[in-house]
Amino acid sequence: MNFFDHKSINARMKIRVIVNLFAKIIFFAAMMFGLFILGVLLYRIVSQGIGYLDLQFLQSLPSRKPEQAGVYTALIGSVLLMAVVAPVSLLLGVATAIYLEEYAKDNRFTAFIKVNISNLAGVPSIVFGLLGLTVFVRALALGTSVLAAGLTMSLLVLPIIIVAAQEALKAVPASLREASYAMGATKWQTIVRIVLPVAIPGILTGGILALSRAIGETAPLVVLGLPLFLAYLPKSIFDLFTVLPMQIYNWTGRPQEEFHSLAAAGIIVLLILLLFMNFLAVLIRNKFQKRY
Amino acid sequence: MLLILLCFRMGVIELAIQNVNSLSIQKLIEEKKKNHNTAGIIEKFIPMILLLAAVVSVLTTIGTVLTLIFETITFFQTVSILEFLTTKKWYPFSETEGTFGILPLVLGTLKVTFIAIIVSIPIGLTSAIYLSEYATERTRRIIKPILEVLAGIPTIVYGFFALTFVTPLLREIIPGLELFNALSPGIVIGIMITPMIASLSEDALVSVPNSMREGAFALGATKFEVALKVVLPAAISGIISSIVLAISRAIGETMIVAIAGGSTPNVDWNVTNSIQTMTAYIVQVSQGDAGYGTTIYYSIYAVGMTLFIFTLIMNLIAQYISRRFREEYE
Repeated sequence: MNFFDHKSINARMKIRVIVNLFAKIIFFAAMMFGLFILGVLLYRIVSQGIGYLDLQFLQSLPSRKPEQAGVYTALIGSVLLMAVVAPVSLLLGVATAIYLEEYAKDNRFTAFIKVNISNLAGVPSIVFGLLGLTVFVRALALGTSVLAAGLTMSLLVLPIIIVAAQEALKAVPASLREASYAMGATKWQTIVRIVLPVAIPGILTGGILALSRAIGETAPLVVLGLPLFLAYLPKSIFDLFTVLPMQIYNWTGRPQEEFHSLAAAGIIVLLILLLFMNFLAVLIRNKFQKRY
Repeated sequence: MLLILLCFRMGVIELAIQNVNSLSIQKLIEEKKKNHNTAGIIEKFIPMILLLAAVVSVLTTIGTVLTLIFETITFFQTVSILEFLTTKKWYPFSETEGTFGILPLVLGTLKVTFIAIIVSIPIGLTSAIYLSEYATERTRRIIKPILEVLAGIPTIVYGFFALTFVTPLLREIIPGLELFNALSPGIVIGIMITPMIASLSEDALVSVPNSMREGAFALGATKFEVALKVVLPAAISGIISSIVLAISRAIGETMIVAIAGGSTPNVDWNVTNSIQTMTAYIVQVSQGDAGYGTTIYYSIYAVGMTLFIFTLIMNLIAQYISRRFREEYE
């Protein structure tokens, strides 16, 4: 008795194998096409901007003449902004994560906070700009200052840090906590002396990624009313300032080709900054990653 | 010499004993109790301080919603809500009296989002399938971090790319294309959200247990058949929610459309014209120094409210899908 018609099976098998091979090639080609486009993006920007990128570009104030213009004001502004965002968002984010992971009871309120955080992560950044404009710039009368922008940005990146810190705290093995309790340590002592030191690399990695989000963000700052052109340096965190993405936006919006090249050079500076931060995050992750 | 040393040592020991005696046991206990008390106080107050930090995120949401609601209400005191929802014209800068009908801005946003989705779904999904089903472990280890870095490129960079590269390229292919149009930012937003779809979908595909693939292979299926008929249906909830999240990102995307999309609110479905999206309008008004308290100033909150509702619905749908339709295989 012959249950299988080997001939027809073999005939179909050939087609199926060919379809499989074809699909594999198409899938691979699609992925490579996506990467190719992004390669083109980077190549275009680097080739256009590299000619303008020199030490003078980093040290000059913005100017109406393209050959004299630089990113100094914007660079200082970005650094000042980070000086506000980093401590505020890290403190709030880590404290929230510790509360949620270590203290919060499994009740409706906790569930509400968690849902709220994941929804907050999906709010468009420009809406945070509207919030910052109303609350920080107008209601608290901080004006268009580094502080107002920094607080707005801190709220924007808060969900990223909270989630990263939660993951890091979750990854601390229970045996470490139990050993600490067994030695008579209180809960807070255990958290500060045992749990946090173990979780710090994960928290820092998440923090750096959040900061790199904040450093490239433009939309909320436009809404806050940051100037597109500023030819002097901010003296304190209560002063008017501008940041790298705003400077790039300004140059991109001008019709002259020279300013587009300046924008490309500014983008290179921004991307190098981001690459450096990502590299730092990877370094921290690799250096301090311990397995328990 | 030795004697002196001996005397010295005895002296030290005596001193030590005296020291211990001067600290009475009772004092030690009291000290301990006091420490215990401060520790107890710390233990009591720390959770409250931490809770305050956690409440900040809730306050942010409440603040956002309240801000949008109050300023939108102020806006609706001068412009009727009916006009806002039904009029098909958005001419806020008119000298005599502006017309505020949200439809052109919504349509602009939808046009751009639609193009972005058409561009990103095929490339994103096929890349995800390739990475999870076909690629070797080594390829995946190289490509995955690249995707994550690409997802972190600031949108201003994509905006520059759209205006200075994609638009000129498209204008050579399509003669009637305006300098500012819906097509170029749509395509570039598609490129921007592709890594996000690829990365999230790949996570969903990888989490399908191997036993299911092996079962299908044992029945003689090819890799393509396994991917299409076994893995993809099993991971569909994760894939769809990744797409919905990407749509939400595209709707809220600001700088790319502000740079390359133009500022002409239109009601047609033409993608070669200059358009204006909700986000681009907010940017335009913010840059233009519209005086505080004017109708135009309040209009950005009404537009922001509309945008917020759109993205909130998208995010809730994504959460609902990934919860409701998740298939657990353990």
